[in-house]
Amino acid sequence: MTISLTINGKRQELDVEPDMPLLWVLRDELGMTGTKFGCGVSACGACTVHVNGEAMRTCALPIEAVADAEITTIEGLGGDGPDLTKLQQAWIDHQVPQCGYCQSGMLMAVSSLLSENPNPSDDQIDAAITNICRCGTYPRIRAAIRSLATV
Amino acid sequence: MKPTRRQLLIGGTVVGGGMLLGYATLGSSRPERAQALAAGDGEHFTTTWLKIDPDNKVTVYVPHSEMGQGVHTSMPMMAAEEMEADWDLVEMVQAPADDVWANGPLGRGYILGQTPIPSALTGVVDASFFKIAEMMVGQITGGSTSVRFTGQYGMRVAGAAAKEMLIRAAADKWNVPESELTARLSHVHHDASGKSATFGELAAAAAEYSPPGQPTLKDRKDFTIIGTSRQRFDIPAKVDGTAQYGVDVQRPDLKIAAIRQAPVFGGSVKSFDGSAALAQRGVTAVVSTDDGVAVVADNYWRAKQALELVEVEFEDGGNGSVSTESIFATFHDNLENGDAEEDVEIGDAVAAMADGGNVVEARYEVPFLAHTCMEPMNCTVEITGDKADVWVGTQDGLSTRNVIAEVAGLAPENVTVNTLMLGGGFGRRGPSASNHVHQATKIAMQVGGPVKLVWSREEDVQHDYYRPAVAAHMSATLDDAGQPTAWVNRYIRKDEPAEASHIPYAVANQSIRYVESPVHVPYGAWRSVAHTQHSFFNESFVDELADAAGKDPFDFRMSLIEDKPRHKAVLAKAGEEAGWGTPLPAGHARGVALQQSFDTIVAQVVEVSIDETGSPKVHKVTCAVDCGPVVTPDGARAQIESGVIYGLTAALYGEITIEDGAVVQENFPDYEAVRLAETPEIDVHFLHSDAPFGGLGEPGTPCIAPAIANALFTLTGQRVRSLPLQNHDFKAGPRLASAAD
Repeated sequence: MTISLTINGKRQELDVEPDMPLLWVLRDELGMTGTKFGCGVSACGACTVHVNGEAMRTCALPIEAVADAEITTIEGLGGDGPDLTKLQQAWIDHQVPQCGYCQSGMLMAVSSLLSENPNPSDDQIDAAITNICRCGTYPRIRAAIRSLATV
Repeated sequence: MKPTRRQLLIGGTVVGGGMLLGYATLGSSRPERAQALAAGDGEHFTTTWLKIDPDNKVTVYVPHSEMGQGVHTSMPMMAAEEMEADWDLVEMVQAPADDVWANGPLGRGYILGQTPIPSALTGVVDASFFKIAEMMVGQITGGSTSVRFTGQYGMRVAGAAAKEMLIRAAADKWNVPESELTARLSHVHHDASGKSATFGELAAAAAEYSPPGQPTLKDRKDFTIIGTSRQRFDIPAKVDGTAQYGVDVQRPDLKIAAIRQAPVFGGSVKSFDGSAALAQRGVTAVVSTDDGVAVVADNYWRAKQALELVEVEFEDGGNGSVSTESIFATFHDNLENGDAEEDVEIGDAVAAMADGGNVVEARYEVPFLAHTCMEPMNCTVEITGDKADVWVGTQDGLSTRNVIAEVAGLAPENVTVNTLMLGGGFGRRGPSASNHVHQATKIAMQVGGPVKLVWSREEDVQHDYYRPAVAAHMSATLDDAGQPTAWVNRYIRKDEPAEASHIPYAVANQSIRYVESPVHVPYGAWRSVAHTQHSFFNESFVDELADAAGKDPFDFRMSLIEDKPRHKAVLAKAGEEAGWGTPLPAGHARGVALQQSFDTIVAQVVEVSIDETGSPKVHKVTCAVDCGPVVTPDGARAQIESGVIYGLTAALYGEITIEDGAVVQENFPDYEAVRLAETPEIDVHFLHSDAPFGGLGEPGTPCIAPAIANALFTLTGQRVRSLPLQNHDFKAGPRLASAAD
C-alpha cells in the first residue's frame, strides 16, 4: 500500500508494508542512515526522530502509525541551511560524541526536551533522556544541556 | 655519499628506530609501496605515515581505527608536534588495510611484555621480534596501544625524522648550515638571511634523503601541540548524521541479510527449509553459513521478518547441557584439585601460610560479559571474480582482510577492506572476534552483488566473544602487626596482559598460580581484558586484609607501596581530591581501588549509598591518573569518564548466564546499561608525571567495581565477592556504627 508522510519537509509517497518500522523505511527504503539501529525493541533510543515535533523511537514504530505525520530526522535537525543548531554546536563545544553512534538519537531526544522545557532541572533531564550510550558520554551530555539552559 | 634511491627507500622504513634494519633485511620497502598506493602527483611520503603536499598540507596516515577514543586526532598531534607542523594545515586519513601500515610497535610492545621500551633498546634489532611482528601482520587498535606505542615510537619519530629531512633540504637549497635553520608552523626559516620555505616547497627534495634512524625528539617542556586540547576531527560528522559507520554502507543493488545463529556455541545448522521465507516480498535468498541461517532481502526488516518463517534444526555440538552452574562448579573443582601453573612465586607463601598468623580466605567469581557496542555487528562484502570489496568497522582492517581472504579462498591482496567508523569497539571488533565477518563472506559467496549482513541486538548479545567468567581462591596471612606476610591466589585462566594478576603490594611471600579450565563459551578481549577480573579480586581482597588487620583501607594500601613512588603519588592524589577520611552525609561511604594497566596507574575513590530499593547508588568517582604526559587533556578525561561508566555498567548489571549451552539474555531490557540518571559525578585528575606515555582507552575501567564493592562493605558490612551487584541484596542498609566513620 502507499503511505505518505513528510520527512524533513519533503513529502514522500512510499509503497511499503504498513507494519514496516519507520526506522527501516528511513534507512533501507530512503537511504537516510543518520538515524541508527540499536536494539529493535525501543530500549536504547538510537533510532529517535521527531514525529510532529515529539521525540519518538522508531525501530518498532509501524509506519502506518505515523502516516501523514511530519517527521524530522537528524539530517533535518538544522533545517535546510548548512548552519548547525545551537544544540549541535554545544555538542561540538563539549566534545560530547565518542564513537558517536548513539548521538543522532541523543540529539533528537535532547532537542525535543529543550523545545518543551528550555531550562530543565537535573531530575527532568534524567527522566527525559533515557537513551543508552555505551561510551559513557553522559557527563558531557549533561554539561552540554546545561550550557543551553536559558536561565 | 649521496644515498641511492634504493637506500633511501629502505631508510624510509624508519618510523620507529629499529624498524630500519629489520625491514631492510626482509627486503620490504614500505614508503615505496605507500607512495604507489596513496600519493598523488607531486605528493611525497617522507615516511610511511606522513605525506606532504606541494600546497603545504600535511596528511597523517593513522593505522588505527576510530571508535571514539580520539585516535584519529591524537596520532596526528604527536606527529605534528615533532614535525613543527602548523596544526591548521594538518589532516588525517585512515590508513588503508594494507601491511604497509601494519603496526609493528604493537608487536614490539607485546613481545617486550607491554612495558615501556627503554630508549637504549630502541634501534636494537631483535631478530625474533621482527619474526613475530611480521607474523602478526596486524593493524590492531586495542590494548590501549595507540599513544603508547604507535604514537610514542612511531608518530613522534616519524615527525621528527621528517623535520630533519626538511631542514636538510633547505640547508642544501640555500647552502647554509642546518644548525642555522629552524622549523616553525610548517615552514623552515633561516633567520639570519630572512629566507623561508614551506614544508610543501621542500618536500620533494627532502624525500630524496635517507631518514635519520634516530631523530632527535623534542623535550616535553617544548611541546606546543601535545598537552593541548584540540577539537577531534571526527566529531562534526557525528552531530549531523553524516558519519559513516559500517552499518551505513550503501552500494548499488545492495542486499541486506539477517541471520539466526545456532543458539549453542559450537553448534551448527543441521537442516533448514527456507521456502516460506523465499515467498516473502523482497526476499532473494535463504542460505546457510554453517553456524547459522541467513535471509537475504532488499531491506533489513523484510529479511528479519522472513527469517522467522525459516524452519531450521540446529545441532548443539555436544554442549547443550552446559550451564553457568556447571561451569562454576568445574572451576572450583579445578581450583581445588587441578594442576596449577606458575604465574608468580616470590619467597615461600605456602610455608608462610602454614606458619599461621591471622589467615584470611575468600572465593571470588565474575560472570561472562558481553560488549554490546551500540552499533550491532555488521559487515558488507561484494565478491567479483577473484576479488572482494569489504566495508566494515573493525579494530584491525588488516587481519580482517586476511580472514576474508581465507574464508573466500582469495589472495589477501585481492581483498580491499574499507574501514569505516566503529559504533563502539571495546574489544568486540578485534581480529579474533570476527564471526560476523566470516558469515558475511560466506553469504556473499552464495549470492551475487554486495551483501550487508546486519545482526539483531539479540544475536549480538548471544553470540559475542565474552569477557570470561572466572573464579579465584584467595588466601593470605597477616602478622601480629597486621601486615600481610603471604599472598596466595589460585585463579582460572591465564589471560592477557600477563601482569594483570600481579599485585603492586609489598608482600614478602607470594604464590599466584592459575588453572586452565576450558569452556565452550567464546572468549574475547573486553575493555581492559584480564584487568577487569583481577582488579576486582585483588583490590577487594586487599580490602579484606585491611579489615582483618583493623586498618583503614587507604592507609593499609599506602603502607604496602612504599617502594612504588608512582603508585603512591596516584593513590595519594585520589585520596586528597576525594577527601578520604572527611565526613560524609549519613548513609554514604567511600571505597578505594588502585590498578596499574597498560602503563597507566589509576586510583579511584567512590562515594556510595543504598537507595530505598536496596540498590547501590554511586554518587561520585574521583580518579587520579598517571599516564605520563597527556596528549590531549580533554580527550584523556573523556576516556577515563568512558572507562568508568563502562565498568560501572558491568559492576551494577553485567551478567551473561548460560542455560542449555546457550546465552539466556537477549537485549538491553535484560542486559542493562547505565544511563544518564545513574551516572555519577566523575572527577578526573592527571599526575602529568615524567613516565612514558601510557594507555588511556582501558585503564579507567578496572578500578570501579572493586572500589564500589569496598565502599559497600564499609557502608553495610557485606563483603561482595561476586558480580554484578544487582545479584546482592543491600536492603539491610548501612551498619549504623561504622558507616558514620
